[in-house]
Amino acid sequence: MTVTPEELRERVRALLASHDPAATGRLDFLRARFDAGLAWVHYPQGLGGLGAPRALQGVVDAELAAVAAPDNEPRRIGIGLGMAAPTVLRYGTEEQKTRFLRPLWTGEEVWCQLFSEPGAGSDLAGLRTRAVRDGDDWIVTGQKVWTSNAHNARWAILIARTDPDVPKHQGITYFVCDMTAPGVEVRPLRQITGEAEFNEVFLTDVRIPDAHRLGEVGDGWRVAQTTLMNERVAIGGTALPREGGMIGTVAATWRERPELRTPDLHDRLLRLWVEAEVTRLTGERLRQQLALGAPGPEGSGMKLAFASLNQRISGLEVELLGEDGLRYGDWTMTRPEIVDFYGRDAGYRYLRAKGNSIEGGTSEILRNIISERVLGLPSEPRTDKDVPWKDLPR
Amino acid sequence: MSADLLYSDVENDLRAAVRGLLADRCAPADVLARCEDDEPYDAALWRTLAREVGVAGLLVPEKLGGQGASAREAAVVLEELGSFVAPVPFLGSAVLATTALLAAGTTEADAAVAGLAEGERTAALAVPLPSAPGAEVFAGLRADADGVLGGRVTSVADATAADVLIVPATGPDGPGLYEVRTDAPGVALSVPVPLDLTRPIADVAFDGAAARRIAGPATAAAAVERALLTGAGLLASEQLGLAQRCLDETVAYLKERHQFGRVVGSFQSLKHRLADLWLEIVQARAAARNAADALARDSADAPVAIAVAQAFCAPVAVRAAEECVQLHGGIGMTWEHPAHLRLKRAKADEIALGTPGRHRAALAALVELPAAG
Ligand SMILES: Cc1cc2nc3c(=O)[nH]c(=O)nc-3n(C[C@H](O)[C@H](O)[C@H](O)COP(=O)(O)OP(=O)(O)OC[C@H]3O[C@@H](n4cnc5c(N)ncnc54)[C@H](O)[C@@H]3O)c2cc1C
Repeated sequence: MTVTPEELRERVRALLASHDPAATGRLDFLRARFDAGLAWVHYPQGLGGLGAPRALQGVVDAELAAVAAPDNEPRRIGIGLGMAAPTVLRYGTEEQKTRFLRPLWTGEEVWCQLFSEPGAGSDLAGLRTRAVRDGDDWIVTGQKVWTSNAHNARWAILIARTDPDVPKHQGITYFVCDMTAPGVEVRPLRQITGEAEFNEVFLTDVRIPDAHRLGEVGDGWRVAQTTLMNERVAIGGTALPREGGMIGTVAATWRERPELRTPDLHDRLLRLWVEAEVTRLTGERLRQQLALGAPGPEGSGMKLAFASLNQRISGLEVELLGEDGLRYGDWTMTRPEIVDFYGRDAGYRYLRAKGNSIEGGTSEILRNIISERVLGLPSEPRTDKDVPWKDLPR
Repeated sequence: MSADLLYSDVENDLRAAVRGLLADRCAPADVLARCEDDEPYDAALWRTLAREVGVAGLLVPEKLGGQGASAREAAVVLEELGSFVAPVPFLGSAVLATTALLAAGTTEADAAVAGLAEGERTAALAVPLPSAPGAEVFAGLRADADGVLGGRVTSVADATAADVLIVPATGPDGPGLYEVRTDAPGVALSVPVPLDLTRPIADVAFDGAAARRIAGPATAAAAVERALLTGAGLLASEQLGLAQRCLDETVAYLKERHQFGRVVGSFQSLKHRLADLWLEIVQARAAARNAADALARDSADAPVAIAVAQAFCAPVAVRAAEECVQLHGGIGMTWEHPAHLRLKRAKADEIALGTPGRHRAALAALVELPAAG
């Protein structure tokens, strides 16, 4: 079925008529929006969408923003929206989709990602967390690390080794893990910013029903690709106005505080301003391609571009601030719900941006991916591909 | 309205036509052979491009004999010409001179532009190639009340391929645009050895040359400014096309070349360099498309879009050409290999129509990021 923008506006009007945001509780409104297919219009009917082109979501968002309807606070539930949802949609059973997607979208249930381990980061497929079949359940034991938002999460997407006797990519299975289940222990890990956005998660004999497996046994690596691709696309996927993002903050300081200006900083600021604007346009071009249903390979470059740009801009900002750059807002160890680059000072931005080239695939790994998948260059010689996981040197 | 950063079907068709022709007639060996010839330009190729493909009149409205297309289509042609470093005077005649004449808006200018659009004649805008938008280009040349020109202008691109020069000069009542044949008495072209062998430059001296005034103080200065802006904005597409070609050739070579018992392209230090270059070219494409689209729509944002595109794309083209030489090893250093033709064009393009630094300085004013002090 094809939906026109006018029909979408009509549906929004109907939703607002039946559920006046001013008179409806926030959650009730969000649930009604989901049930009306206006949550993510490109999702199927019955799962919060209308099977419409993704590009039309903007029509709905604009109509709802115009009447200040409550949203689902996407920044609080980024892992759910950006990574878990597309994976559940693609590989989930009907029951799984029905059970998980609605509370995920409304934000009633927060999700986290149990992928990285102390011994398996870039080489994620080397992971050693074990899942052993026991009747209708799996029993999972192992350690995960760098798990953002585990302290707020109700559910996790989890990959674990179900067969150590085959090469590493083949012996992995993908699960949905209940973070409230016995045997799940979450401990904060303090970051260079002072706070603990991420955690280490210990899994000790955690029972996961087989009904919470996503995809086939042993097919977890393929399922995880959907998650990882969406993670990288989610970054840099939103439209920005000119000077949106970190460059706007530095530009504002530059305009407000002439006493800080030097010729060297001016030159560097302009170079970064140009690069930020060009990167913004690159994202815009990517979205135009997506809207036509023809995504280009540009997507894999956006995260790389933003990481480097954010790091250099925030570095310049601290330097520009001079004496103020010597001071830091607050080193108190907290466990935040969201990452907020703008609510805090330049020092925080500088330090937090360091994670941009590590989280979601390091910039080195992204360069490998671009050179191999986009440019078609051969991989480095590999010794780990055809060896059973249990026999790998470690 | 926001910019359309993609390529339309019409633009893709035009690209295919130009690319097909260039692949046939503009192979690296052909371009190289011409470089040290007395005829650096390929006049026959230009005739085909101008008349049969219709590129000379892309920017010209149909009522003046052109194609009635826009800067977007001209940009696509420049991508291809940049990719092949084709020795044809498209930038000088079909972009710079044509835009100046169109913006002059007089009957005389319209008449002159019609000849260019049909490919009957070729023109060059007599300004130094390094002139950035905003440059003062009228001061060096004088014209008297009868249109007799005196003075000198240096480094005019595509002048040696031109039948006529469009000359900005200061007349008795202020700035004017003058038209004069390159072979007219009192016009002397001297041709320095150019860095960029595929886009020669000429120094032009006027000594009592009888020219025809085609625009006066009302429009001349704005017309030249429009030409420089358009030229700078579209040059980004030439830089893009050249950079993409350098990357493609380098990747292809590194997939074949073996050292240490493996394909050289499997060494990670090279893969990462090429991934970075690829990303810069992806970004350059967005910047160049944005500038072309802003020009096509006559957007109020065009000066910013153009300054951004030039500041970004010029260094990307240079880096791509430099990487192409380096990653070809010894062969990249030879006269036989075409890498140097692209390097020389990229480096000259970095100076042409404003260096990246000048464009950044322009941007500082446009977006209110004032300099120190
Ligand atoms: C802020 C933050 C939040 C995170 N949140 C989560 C989360 O919620 N869930 C989750 O599962 N993970 C999360 N991570 C983990 C992240 O995905 C990993 O840190 C990342 O994949 C790198 O793995 P590693 O830390 O083991 O580093 P390693 O893989 O050990 O890498 C060390 C260095 O070697 C380089 N390197 C490794 N292999 C290669 C290679 N083949 N070629 C070239 N260079 C190479 C890397 O680029 C890096 O510089 C988070 C990380 C950060 C910083």
